[in-house]
Amino acid sequence: MATTISPTDVYKYLPRTNCGECGETTCMAFAVKLVNREAFLDECPPLLTDEYKENYKKLWEMLKPPIKEVKIGSDDRAVKIGGEYVMFRHELTYVNPPPIAIDVTDTMDEALLVDRVKKIEKLIYYYIGRNIHLDLIAVRSVSKDPETFRKAVRKVKENTSFPLILCSLDPKVMEAGLEELEGERPLIYAATKENWADMGDLALKYGCPLAVYAPEDLDLLVSLATTLRKFGIEDLALDPGSFPGDLLHKTVTNFTMLRWKGIKEEDEILGYPLIGSAISSWFYVEGDEETKTWWEAITAAALVMRYADLIMMHSLAGWNILPLLILRENIYTDPRKPVSVEPGLRTIGQPDENSPVMVTTNFALTYYTVLSDIEAAKIDCYLLVVDTEGISVQSAVAGRKLTAETVADALKEFEVEKLVKHRKLIIPGLASRLSGEIEELSGWEVLVGPIDSSGIPKFLDEKWKKAETS
Amino acid sequence: MKKEKHPKLEDLLADLIGKELAKALSQLGEVEIELQDVQIMAEKLVLTIQPSALMRKEAVPVLEKPKELIMSRFEPPKEEWVGKVVEVKIGATPSEGGTRDRTIVIGGESAPAFHLFMETPPHPPIVAMDVFDMEISLPKAIKKYYGDVMSDPVEWARFNVEKYKADMINFHLISTDPLLKDTSPEQAARMVEEVLQAVKVPICVGGSGDPAKDQKVFEKVAEVAQGERILINDVTLDMDVPKMGELTKKYGHAIIAFTSMDLNQARELNRKLYDYLGKENIVMDTTTAAVGYGIDYAFTIMERARLAALMGDEELQHPMAAAASNAWAAREAWIKLPPEWGPKSLRGPIWEAFTALTLLFAGVDYFMMIHPVAVELTRNVINGLIRGRKELPEDLYEWIEREA
Repeated sequence: MATTISPTDVYKYLPRTNCGECGETTCMAFAVKLVNREAFLDECPPLLTDEYKENYKKLWEMLKPPIKEVKIGSDDRAVKIGGEYVMFRHELTYVNPPPIAIDVTDTMDEALLVDRVKKIEKLIYYYIGRNIHLDLIAVRSVSKDPETFRKAVRKVKENTSFPLILCSLDPKVMEAGLEELEGERPLIYAATKENWADMGDLALKYGCPLAVYAPEDLDLLVSLATTLRKFGIEDLALDPGSFPGDLLHKTVTNFTMLRWKGIKEEDEILGYPLIGSAISSWFYVEGDEETKTWWEAITAAALVMRYADLIMMHSLAGWNILPLLILRENIYTDPRKPVSVEPGLRTIGQPDENSPVMVTTNFALTYYTVLSDIEAAKIDCYLLVVDTEGISVQSAVAGRKLTAETVADALKEFEVEKLVKHRKLIIPGLASRLSGEIEELSGWEVLVGPIDSSGIPKFLDEKWKKAETS
Repeated sequence: MKKEKHPKLEDLLADLIGKELAKALSQLGEVEIELQDVQIMAEKLVLTIQPSALMRKEAVPVLEKPKELIMSRFEPPKEEWVGKVVEVKIGATPSEGGTRDRTIVIGGESAPAFHLFMETPPHPPIVAMDVFDMEISLPKAIKKYYGDVMSDPVEWARFNVEKYKADMINFHLISTDPLLKDTSPEQAARMVEEVLQAVKVPICVGGSGDPAKDQKVFEKVAEVAQGERILINDVTLDMDVPKMGELTKKYGHAIIAFTSMDLNQARELNRKLYDYLGKENIVMDTTTAAVGYGIDYAFTIMERARLAALMGDEELQHPMAAAASNAWAAREAWIKLPPEWGPKSLRGPIWEAFTALTLLFAGVDYFMMIHPVAVELTRNVINGLIRGRKELPEDLYEWIEREA
């Protein structure tokens, strides 16, 4: 879909009956949503009938992303890569956060292999109300022996529900792995200038997506993609090579150029998902394990920022994975989502007239972080969400959005004094400088809470109970 | 003219129109062919075939698998940008009326950040190191790198330059906060003088965040630092903007215009400053948020600012500053987590480094940072992006099939 497509272009091919089955009152409203990618064609039931078959096809062509969406894995648990519409996230939104694959090798001792697979699957972090985690396992053939590879692939498959990437340059080895994964649609990694015809045959025979690897040779990358398309392969993914350290500029340049070609110039050959192989840091960087882990993480972060649709890594150190998972989550958040939540008084758990009253801002991230800490600790309380125009506590204090006045006004507006008997207000630690003024203006006694909301349970145990009895 | 059924039509046609089309025709079942002129000369045979007849069965394209690689060329994209970011110079050497041993120039870009096929950034982004004028509570992961020098800002500044080769020092006068020590403007100015004597790199001087007090502090600081072309951090819309603009100009400094994630405000503040200051004296800070704590907003505001600047929005054509040390506001940078997430001592610096790296791609020119490991990493990233080497590793395929 070109970013310039207009709702009127789309409207022409809709049924134009305003039947309302999609949930919108008019077809025009639905067209606007389609263009903004807030609605999908299949939500219009009439379009799915034979009568509109041609229109559906037209619309699908018009609205399809310039970067093809490719699925890895069998249908029920496939990960989607690509499917992107824009170069810069504010132009619409980025769509599919790049899945992260961690490698295992076929020469690993069986117990270690299973252990690593389990570790990969269990690395889960709870972040703003949801679990974030790794996505794929890449099985690399180090043995270069088909039977060894077959065994390892089988073992991995038995122990994980994650989709797989099979890595080998030898078509015979690759086929042994593929035979173990009938119907599982692993990603074949990779077709190169040497093996492309055989790998192409395997991709067709087993119905799998195929990665093209042409390190630091974009002419070769285009040649391979062109040839394999002619070969009849629709689901390709392109890896121009990833380089850490002094060569990071090559990675960033190649990915940026490829994405610009795919999106801004709508070059179909380059309109495939891009693969970032940050794992190469383990071979290209000199130094100890920690140095390699740093560079792999940094390369991966650069790849998140610069258009990789799938990232392959090696280290499971944890301190490298966490910021990456969260960065990816942040960058692929829809920028059209509001920064703020509704100000007001929230009832959490089952508070009574003696329960604590705490203050926070209406910056969505602050609010959800505080909320999840309070809920996790099973605290019954009132949370006064002050309108700081969607700014966090620290910035809101500095920027005069969280002031004694706004707090006192909120206490009044939401009639907090009717809900509790006491007159004690807990404010965020980062707003401590406001405590005197708030007491003066509102007449409430102020208790300065912890700087981070993770300290709330401890604070209530130590300070609130004391304050309550005083 | 007559019609006749030809039993060996397929063979005849094959000779005339080629095997494939003949085969396709024969698959349509009984076929009638009109023959003009019965003196059957092959050249004069006319076939009348209704196109719709051929469409009756869906044509399956017969793919000829290529046997050779179809060689193609990659054409690098062409982008067009009309705007250019102004260059801002910080610091002054003796020949320029100051006492710094170098000057630093930031900005000057005419393409988006690291679109290196369009442009190598004219000046590499700068990583400046934080120094506070009083002891503040910092995570242990940071403190252990500084130890005793944290109690003496002058020593701390010297330590950053000597040990960590800081390009610049960000000196934060937080003790001037009326709610902390309420240090007087005169005393604050003396500390700035001492730091200027202790280090020869250009410096940036920050206030406490109290607009009224900052105003008074900056008046004194600007005066004692006359000629040194310091970077004043910062002016906001709730300060006396004309006064701040005037004093920056009067004493020959540069200034950071700070707004909170709002491009209209950023434009408004810059516009107000233009009445007193040339554009080449203004750096923009649109607020930095940490990875996991709003970096998406911070990143997108900055990216939009830079792209608007390159598309010709003159009010946003300024280098950008970001306090990547705000990364430590993210709890994951310092909180205790289950062992699978690794030691805090590494999680902290990577948080700060990732925050900087992310904003690097939005176009930030000037970073304020605190953890020495994060500082070094960020500098390495900048080097790898700008001054990087060209030779590739020998074997680009080995990682696929070798033990890591």
